[in-house]
Amino acid sequence: MSQPPPTDGTTPVVRTVDLQKSFGPVHVLRGVSLQVRAGEVLCVMGPSGSGKSTFLRCINQLERLDGGELWLRDDLVGYRLRGGRLHELTEREIARQRRGIGMVFQRFNLFPHMTALGNVVEGPMRALGHNRAVAEAAARRLLDRVGLSDKYDAYPAQLSGGQQQRVAIARALAMEPYLMLFDEPTSALDPELVGEVLDVMKSLAADGMTMIVVTHEVGFAREVGDTLVFMDEGVVVESGPPGIVLGAPQHPRTQEFLSRVLG
Amino acid sequence: MTSTGHGGASTLAAPPGPGQLAGLPRVPLRHYGRWVSAAVVVVLVALLVQAFAQGSIEWSVVGRYLTASAILHGLANTVIITLCSMALAIVLGVLVAVMRMSANPVTRTIAFGYIWLFRGIPVLLQLLIWYNLALVFPTVGFGPFEARMIDVMTPFMAALLGLGINMSAYTAELVRAGILSVDKGQIEAAQAISLTPNQIRRRIVLPQAMRVILPPLGNEFISTLKMSSLAAVITYGEMLETVEFIYYSNNRIIELLIVAAIWYLAVVSVLSVIQHFVERRFGRGFHALPNRKARSLGRRLKGAPQQ
Repeated sequence: MSQPPPTDGTTPVVRTVDLQKSFGPVHVLRGVSLQVRAGEVLCVMGPSGSGKSTFLRCINQLERLDGGELWLRDDLVGYRLRGGRLHELTEREIARQRRGIGMVFQRFNLFPHMTALGNVVEGPMRALGHNRAVAEAAARRLLDRVGLSDKYDAYPAQLSGGQQQRVAIARALAMEPYLMLFDEPTSALDPELVGEVLDVMKSLAADGMTMIVVTHEVGFAREVGDTLVFMDEGVVVESGPPGIVLGAPQHPRTQEFLSRVLG
Repeated sequence: MTSTGHGGASTLAAPPGPGQLAGLPRVPLRHYGRWVSAAVVVVLVALLVQAFAQGSIEWSVVGRYLTASAILHGLANTVIITLCSMALAIVLGVLVAVMRMSANPVTRTIAFGYIWLFRGIPVLLQLLIWYNLALVFPTVGFGPFEARMIDVMTPFMAALLGLGINMSAYTAELVRAGILSVDKGQIEAAQAISLTPNQIRRRIVLPQAMRVILPPLGNEFISTLKMSSLAAVITYGEMLETVEFIYYSNNRIIELLIVAAIWYLAVVSVLSVIQHFVERRFGRGFHALPNRKARSLGRRLKGAPQQ
């Protein structure tokens, strides 16, 4: 398998080249090229419909790409290069490629028929083949880490939104990912619950986790983000260190968006 | 001039205003209509019971035949055919539902045709067709084995296929509705933790779909139990046929029909209890709903909290 050309000596964790995605006649991604290095926290902002969630979902192959390339570390995603052609992978192979990627959703998507502990051990037991004792010990540690040591046996319906989202983060971490994707993780939460989720994400970033975070939380992007990408109409309009993009946006569309968000 | 005090003698006394209502007795709304309608239905039911008690029914005959060995044998056959055809209906129903929802247009169309065919023809007709299949195919072969259809298509076999396949068409639609009711985010979350499509179906989608499928499936079970009486026409020795045999000889028609009715009700009651417990099992994680407010005739009857 050929390797993407390294840029600064190390292979980026994520590297996208001209990503294209359409839903029917709607061209959602019109050529997104960027890269994320190990340990980097990339925040993605933009108006709704700008393609930021779709971009995130493409990285995890919840959406198939229509064009462009996506490399995760040394692997081409979604296709196998053989005999000068790109062969589409099967669902099983895609499941295998997703193993190192954790994803957290806007609406949590916890499994309602399983307890918090059951949600967290499901992936390690079914996808990684860990036995129950090992998986549960790890799951307890993760739930402790997100501050839910008293909620092992609670069902999602018995938890607040913030607690559910923290279980969801623990569930993603249980797969021992090298990359975490967050799709507007605090947008469905009551304002007073946002902080507890952001705190968990900050501690993850501090531990060196590579993260891509689609968010409207300007404060989080400024404090935790290494890079801020501003997307609009399926392309990256502007990117750079959050302090600079937020403080002195160059592009008129970024300026307009930020003036509305920052009010 | 005093303005407080209830119903003061002074004609100028104003009714108490905001902030002055504490301590006043509160009179709950009386539901007179509920009392009237309750009385009417109780009288009607009493009349009906009286009519049956005085009608020319030998209740002692009913009692005697209720546990007769022939009746119990018929009952056993009824229960067996119901369980077997429901098992067949569930297996085929899940298969057809999955085919109906597949991305493959050929399997999708075939599943659609299957449902159209077996849901569209009356069960009685289907039973007769299966039973008389020997007229179409005199022999049936499985590889090197060959048998006469008349030996294979026993009354039990015909009843099993007729009832089971007919119910499977309904079950397929139930299962499909159940699967469609599972939020798409559940599948995405399962994909995100690297579960394979098979694991997602088994571990995530079906358990949640079951919650939606079970109540109508319980209904189907009860329908199948009752429809199994149609198998009497193809000489399967279930309860109705047994009862008919007995009353042909002793002419106690109504008494024996009542015996059968009692047994059907008994089995349905048992099924309902089983359904309750199975539903509770698959309702795990969904109990955090508030209790339904208790209703009563007049709210005070049971000392329900007044509001």
